[in-house]
Parts: sequence; C-alpha cells; structure tokens
Amino acid sequence: MDISLAIQLMVQGILLGGIYGLIAVGLSLIFGVMGVINFAHGQMMVLGMYISYWILVLVGLDPYLSLVLVAVVTAMLGYVIQATVVNRILDFPEAMQVVPLVSIGLIIENCILFMWGPDHRSPNTALGLESIHFGDVMIDASRLMAFVLAILITGLIFWFLRNNNIGKSMRAAADNRIGALVVGINVDRINNYAFALGAATTGAAGALLIPLIPVSPHLGHDFTLTAFVVVILGGMGNLVGALVGGLILGVAESMSTLWLPPTLKHVVSFSLLVLIMLFKPKGLFGGK
Amino acid sequence: MKRLYVLLAFILLILLVLPMFLEKYTLGIFIMIFYYAYLGQSWNILTGYTGHISLGHALYIGIGAYTSTYLAITFGLTPWVGMIAGGLVAVAVALFKGFLGFRFGLRGVYFVILTIAFAEITRLIVSHIEALGSFSGIFLDFNPSFWNFQFRGNKPYYYISLGMMVASVGVVRVLELSRIGRFMVAIREDEEAAQAVGVNSFKYSMIALSISAFMTALAGTFYANYIFYLHPNSVFGMGLSIELILRPIIGGMGTALGPIVGSFILTPLSEMSRAYFSKGGMEGLHLVLYGVLAIIVVLFMRKGILTYLAAGLNKIIRFKS
Repeated sequence: MDISLAIQLMVQGILLGGIYGLIAVGLSLIFGVMGVINFAHGQMMVLGMYISYWILVLVGLDPYLSLVLVAVVTAMLGYVIQATVVNRILDFPEAMQVVPLVSIGLIIENCILFMWGPDHRSPNTALGLESIHFGDVMIDASRLMAFVLAILITGLIFWFLRNNNIGKSMRAAADNRIGALVVGINVDRINNYAFALGAATTGAAGALLIPLIPVSPHLGHDFTLTAFVVVILGGMGNLVGALVGGLILGVAESMSTLWLPPTLKHVVSFSLLVLIMLFKPKGLFGGK
Repeated sequence: MKRLYVLLAFILLILLVLPMFLEKYTLGIFIMIFYYAYLGQSWNILTGYTGHISLGHALYIGIGAYTSTYLAITFGLTPWVGMIAGGLVAVAVALFKGFLGFRFGLRGVYFVILTIAFAEITRLIVSHIEALGSFSGIFLDFNPSFWNFQFRGNKPYYYISLGMMVASVGVVRVLELSRIGRFMVAIREDEEAAQAVGVNSFKYSMIALSISAFMTALAGTFYANYIFYLHPNSVFGMGLSIELILRPIIGGMGTALGPIVGSFILTPLSEMSRAYFSKGGMEGLHLVLYGVLAIIVVLFMRKGILTYLAAGLNKIIRFKS
C-alpha cells in the first residue's frame, strides 16, 4: 500500500469530516432540543447548495461569501417549518412525527427538481482548482477552506449555546422541557430558534460543499443518512460527539477508497452503524 | 360487524366482475390500487400494529423481486416458488435488522435509521453486482405462461393482485383477533408496560417484522413479472419506501381496512397527477402534492380518513363492531 496516498486520503477524510460534523451538529441540536429527528436535513443542505449556486451564477458572489446569506435563508425556512408544522407534532406518537418531516423533505427535494431540473451542476469557484503542497501530500484549497470554516461555525455554535441567553434557554429546554417551562422560558419560541439554527448550519454546510461536489436534486438522502450515522456514532443530542463522529466517518469513508470503488463508500458508514448498534448503541460519547 | 362483512363481500363481488367492462389502462390503475394497498397492509402490520416505524420497506420489495428473478433466469425456477424463496431471504434480512434494532429496546429513531440504512446499502450493493445487472438493471424476457408468472393482457394480473390484497386483509384481521396481534398492539401502546405484564416485546416485534417482510417480498415478485424491468433505484429506492407508507397513513394506520381505503383514494390521484404533471414537464410535482397531503392528514386527521368514513357510513347502515 502506498503510504503517501494513504496520508493524502486521511487528510482529505479529516477535511470532509469537518463538514459532516457541521451537518450532524445541526441534526443533533434539533434532536437534542425537541427530540425530533429532522428527516429533511439532507434536503435542506441541498437547498443550501442550490441557493449558493444560484447566488454564484446570478450575482457572481463566491460561496464563502454568500455563506451567511444562505444560512439566513435556510434559518428562516427552518423557523417557518418549526412554527407551522413541527411544534404541533411534538406530542404525537413517533410514527406520526416521522411522516411530516419526511414529507417536508419530499417537498423540498421536488421543488428543487422543479426549479433547477435534474442535471448535475458544478460551478467554477474562486479557489476551485488551487491546491497546497506539503511534501507528497496535496490539499485542495477549497477543501481546506471548507474545513476551517466548518470548524469555525461549529465553534461559534458552541459559544452561542454557552454564552448567549437564547442559547442557554435552548440547553435548558433540551435538558428538561417541563423545567424550562416552569422557569418561564417560552419553549415554543426556543424550539423555533433551535430548528432555525439547525437548518442554518446545514444550509451553511451546503454552501461549503458547492466547490467540492457537483450538486443534483436527489443528493439529499445520502447526506441525511450520513448525518444520521454521524449522530448515532457520537451519541444522539451530543454536539461534541457529532463533530468527532463526523471526523471519524470522513476518515473512514475516505480511507475506504483504497479498497473499494468510491460509489460504495456508504457501505463503510453502514458497517460503522451496524458495529455501533451492536456494541455501543448509545454512541461513543453517550447521548439521550 | 356483520353488515360490514356483507358490504365488503358486495364490493368484492363488484371487483370480481369489473374486468369484463374495463379496458387495459383502467385495469392497470386498479392493479396499482391493489398492489399499493397490499404493500401498505404489509407495512401496516409492523408500523400500524406494532409501532416500529419502517422507512425502508422498499428493501423487501427489492429482495423479493431480485431473488425470484435471479432464480428464474439462472435456474429456470418458477417465480411461484421463487417468491417464497424471496420471502424467506427477506425474513432473514429482517431478523438481522430486528436483532440490531430491538435488542436494547432501542425504539423509534434508531430503528427508523436502521431501516433507511439497510435499504440504501442494499441498493448500493445490488448496483455493484454484475450477476444482478448492476447499474443498468435486469430486463425480464417475456414468455407468457402460468408457470413463468407472466401473462398476456392485464386480467390475470388484476386477479392475482386482487387476491393478494384480499388475503392481506384476511391475514391482518386474523392477527387482530389473535393473541399475537394483541401483544403487538400492547407493544405499540406502551412497550415498557407490555413487558411489565409479561409480553416478550423482542419476540413479538420480531414476529411482526418477519410477517411484514415476508408479505412485502411477495409483492416484489409480482412487480418484477408485471413491469418486466428491475432497477436498483426503483425497487430499493427511498421514493418507493415513502410512496408505500402514505396510503396506510392517509387511510388509517393500525386498522385492517385503512391501507385499502388509502390506496383507493391516493393511487388513482397519484396516477392521474403523475401523468398530468409529467406531460407538462413538471415531473416530481405530484410528490410535492403527496407531501402536502400527508402533512395535512397528520396534522388534522391523525386517525386517517377511514375513521371519518366509518363514522359517516355508520349513520347510514349502522355497523358498530
């Protein structure tokens, strides 16, 4: 086995893992606060990709700059979804919680298909073809940039949850919903913010992915699944776990291309899922 | 109750003589109604009665379709036997999945994700197996005969699918009245309480999953020999998994007639809207319609349309069970 290739793949895996982590942090946050699994998560990310693609094509603004705008738009969408649908289904039996969110994913996916058509698109971005060399190891500048920004955003979310009043209320609601109500937190509104924040992170992750992978309307399922595996790996509702889980999965998937065709890389995430369910179903770092 | 049976027998009688008056296209819609009603019913056993949510039931359709087709092409085995083989393979996979999901009483979320993951991964693996046609899928040769499960015209398919649907209602009704069925409902309502009074929730969850997987796989064989083309994305895809759960949800989960009513409402709607939208180059919009419909039903008619239908009918012919 070629050592430098292995190192190269590992670095790439870590870089991609940062973005997986970001997507999973959003999912884990939504689950942590409301106990609801966002089955539209991957589709929201794809929506983020298309919005940033659109801004790039129409206005010429690079995805790294349009990132904030994309996050704001997906956050608003998340807020609306929470306020109109998800807040009403929180007390429903689980089967009934799953259906509306799957439906929302279905709606987003097919609206995207309707708006942009079924083609794969991969626009040219500013850093698109740049790369940095460390000895034998070559790193795409856009991957490095995406990784750095993903970690930065994740850090920002941690800071927000620790130091901001709304963030603290989210943690309170996650910890004990009734308790949060008792001390006068408007839990419905906090839920709205939490879903908006979760949606914003996944939208931002989408913008970061635009220079890296071609976008198509049906990409969402794959990423929803990836995010689920990451979240289970790290422990449901555990945000640090989500980040670390993302890195692990990124490396595992990337290294697997040494032995497997790239189209089979999801088999790796699946095997990880089976292993974790067999031996440590609460995740590596414990969860709800 | 008796009056309900009389009503159902009457409807069945109409359905039995109906093909004499219909042309091929309309017959095709009825076949799809029965097919999806049957699938919804199979799913209903697991999710409607036992409460374990499966979002990857397409897995079993794919297993059934590919197993019987592979056996028919390679060994010349009749699909009538192949469908049983497919069902058994599906049960084996289901038991492994159930073992992972039910062992720790990991409910809801974990199990849902497992079901999605199993379906997606099987889709990927089948896409890479040369003997199963890999990415391009399998075209079945058309050799009409009873032995080959292939027929000229739609009438035989109509009666087979009708038979499957009626049989599935029978199975669910028998389950409903049996001990196993009552245990399943107990697990759905409160797993811990059920265990506390001595229901082995692992065992009965596994039984429900196996029955459901076996029945779903049979539909896969039917699909393969009706459409004559198998593609991993169409028989293992998430789209199919979602499609097949909408009917029981809209009709009413956890009832023997909900999936049937749901299919009679949604399938014609879906066939027509699909044709209408794709003619206008707006493919996928019928799925948006589905999504909106499903959300509305869940938010405002949680028990499904059947409950309202029954209440309405009750006023006219009074059949309280």
